Amino acid sequence: MALPGIVSSPLARRRPIASRARAGRSRLTPYIFISPAMLLLIAFGVFPIAVAALVSLTDMNISGLGDWGNVKFIGIANYSKLFADPSFWQALGNTAFFAIIGVPSVVFLSLGVALLLNRSGNWFYRSLRAFYFIPAITAIVAISLVWGYLYNTQFGLLNWLLSLVGVDQVQWLSDPTLAKFSVALVAVWRGTGLNIIIFLAALQGVPNEYLEAASLDGAGEWRKIRSIVIPMLRFAIFFVTVTTVISWLQFFDEAYVLTGGGPLGATTSVSIFLYQQGFQQSQFGYASAGSLILFVLIAVITVAQLRARRADIEY
Amino acid sequence: MSTSLSALRQRSMKRRGRGLSVVIGIALAIGAVITAFPFIWMVATSIKPQAESLNYPPTLLPANPTLEYFHKLFVELDFGRYLGNTVIVVLIGGIGLILMAMAGYAFAKFDFRGKQWMFFLVLATMMIPVQVTMIPTYLILNGMKLTNTLVGIALPTLVSGFSIFLFRQFMSTIPTEMLEAARLDGAGEFRTFLQIVLPLSKPILAVQAVLTFIAGWNSFLWPLIIASDQKLYTLSVGLSLLNKEIAVNPSLQMAAASVMVIPILIVFIVFQRYVIQGFALSGLK
Repeated sequence: MALPGIVSSPLARRRPIASRARAGRSRLTPYIFISPAMLLLIAFGVFPIAVAALVSLTDMNISGLGDWGNVKFIGIANYSKLFADPSFWQALGNTAFFAIIGVPSVVFLSLGVALLLNRSGNWFYRSLRAFYFIPAITAIVAISLVWGYLYNTQFGLLNWLLSLVGVDQVQWLSDPTLAKFSVALVAVWRGTGLNIIIFLAALQGVPNEYLEAASLDGAGEWRKIRSIVIPMLRFAIFFVTVTTVISWLQFFDEAYVLTGGGPLGATTSVSIFLYQQGFQQSQFGYASAGSLILFVLIAVITVAQLRARRADIEY
Repeated sequence: MSTSLSALRQRSMKRRGRGLSVVIGIALAIGAVITAFPFIWMVATSIKPQAESLNYPPTLLPANPTLEYFHKLFVELDFGRYLGNTVIVVLIGGIGLILMAMAGYAFAKFDFRGKQWMFFLVLATMMIPVQVTMIPTYLILNGMKLTNTLVGIALPTLVSGFSIFLFRQFMSTIPTEMLEAARLDGAGEFRTFLQIVLPLSKPILAVQAVLTFIAGWNSFLWPLIIASDQKLYTLSVGLSLLNKEIAVNPSLQMAAASVMVIPILIVFIVFQRYVIQGFALSGLK
C-alpha cells in the first residue's frame, strides 16, 4: 500500500492529484501506526473495567462461563455480601497493614542506599549496584521458593543462625502475626531494587556545581544531602511513593507463593482474596465486585496524593 | 594566609571524605552480600545432594556437588518444555515491543484527531491494577477461545501504557527535519519508521527490550490463570508447583529456581547500563 508513494517520481509528485492522494494517505498514517497497540490496550486495559462493572452485578460463576444463559442479574447483592463478609474485611485490614509497614520501609531504604551508592563513581561502588538490583529483576516464584527454604522451621538457615545465639525455633510462616512480617520482609527486600534504580537516575540530574558551591561554603555531607539533594529529588521521591503505595495495595505474589494467604488468612491481601474467590471458587461476579472496590480505593488514594502534591507546589 | 588556611581545611575535609567513602563502601558491600545472599544460597543448594540440603546444621558450600537435579528437571520433569514455552512467550512480547514503538512514534511525531484523549487513555491504563482486569480479561480470552494457548498468556501484557509513554518521550526528541528529508527522498512512512526512526531510537529500544524480556520471562499471574494444560506451563508455573516439595527436596527446588534466575541475571548484568539510562531518559529527574 506504500508502494505508489515510493515509486512516485519528483515529476509525479508535482501533480495535484497525486499530492492529494498522498495527503489522504498521510492523514491515515498515524492511525495505522497506533491502532494495533491501541486496540490491545483497549481490549485488555479499558474494556475489562466495563466488563468487571457489568459482571459484578451478576452471579457469574463456573456454570455461567460455559453458558451465558445461566447468568442472572442480581443488582448490588455482591457488594452488600462483600461488606458483610468478615474475610473481606480481614483482607482489607491485612492490605492496610502491609502498606503501612511496606511503603515507608521501601522508600527510606531505597533512598538511603541510592544516596550511599551515589557517593562515589569508582568501579567498586559501580559494581556494588548490580547486587542491590538483583532482587527486583528476578522471578518472584523463584525468590519465594528460596525464602521459603530460608524460613523453613526445621532445616532453614535463619533458624539455624538464631539457634547459634540460643533462640528457639521460630515459626516464620506458620505463626499468624509473624507470617505477616516474614512475607512483608521479602516484599521489601524485592521492592527496593527498582526504586534504587529510579533514585540513581534522578541523582544524575543534581548539578555538581551546587554541591561544590555548598562545600566551599563549609556545608557538611549531611547538610548537603538535606538542603540540596533531597529537595532536588522531590519529584522522584513523590513518584516512588505513589507507585510503591499502588504496588502494596495490590500486594499478591509474595504471599501467594510463600503462604498462599495463610495461616488462617493472616497474609490474605485483597488481591489474594480476589484470586481465591475468582479463580479457586469461580465466583466471578463476587470477585469482580471486590476488584472494583479495590480499584476505587487505589484511585482515591492516588488522587489524594496527587492533590496533596499540587497543594505543596502552589505554596 | 587565609587562602592557605581554607586550602588546608579543604584538604583535611577531602581526606576525611575519602575515609568516609571507604567506611560507606564497606557498609554497602556488606549490604550487597546480604541482599544477594538468598541467591548465593540458592545456587549452593542446587548442587548439593538432597540429604545434604536437608542437613541440620546447614552447610554453606556443598561437600559433594552434583548436577543430578538439573538433569532430573529436564529429563523427568519436563522443564525443557516449560523453558521452550517461556521463550515463546518472551518472543511474542518482542512483537508487542514493535507495536508500542509504532504507537509511541505516532504520538510523538504526528498530529491527528483524537490524539489528546487517546494519549490520556494510554496514561490512564497505567493506573489500573491488574486485579481489576484479571477476571474480565480471563472472560474475554475465554470468549475468544484463547485460554490454554501461549498467545493467550502473552496477549494481556503485550502492550503497556508505560512503555508507549517512554517511547513517545524519547521519540519526540528526533528532529522532524530528518523525517521530512526521508519523505522528500521518496521513502514511504513505514520505511521512514524502519530505517530512520528505529535506528535513532536504539537507546530506548534497548531499555524496553531488556524490560520486556525480564517481564515476559518472569510473568506468573497470566500463565497461572490461562494455562490449565500442563503442556503450556511456563517456567514460573512449573516452579510454583514444586512448592509442595519443600519438605522433601530443597535441592530440586533450588535447581529449578536457578534455571529461572540465572538467565535473567546474565541479561541484566550485560545490559545494566541501558536500564539505568532508560529511567534517566524517561525524565524522572
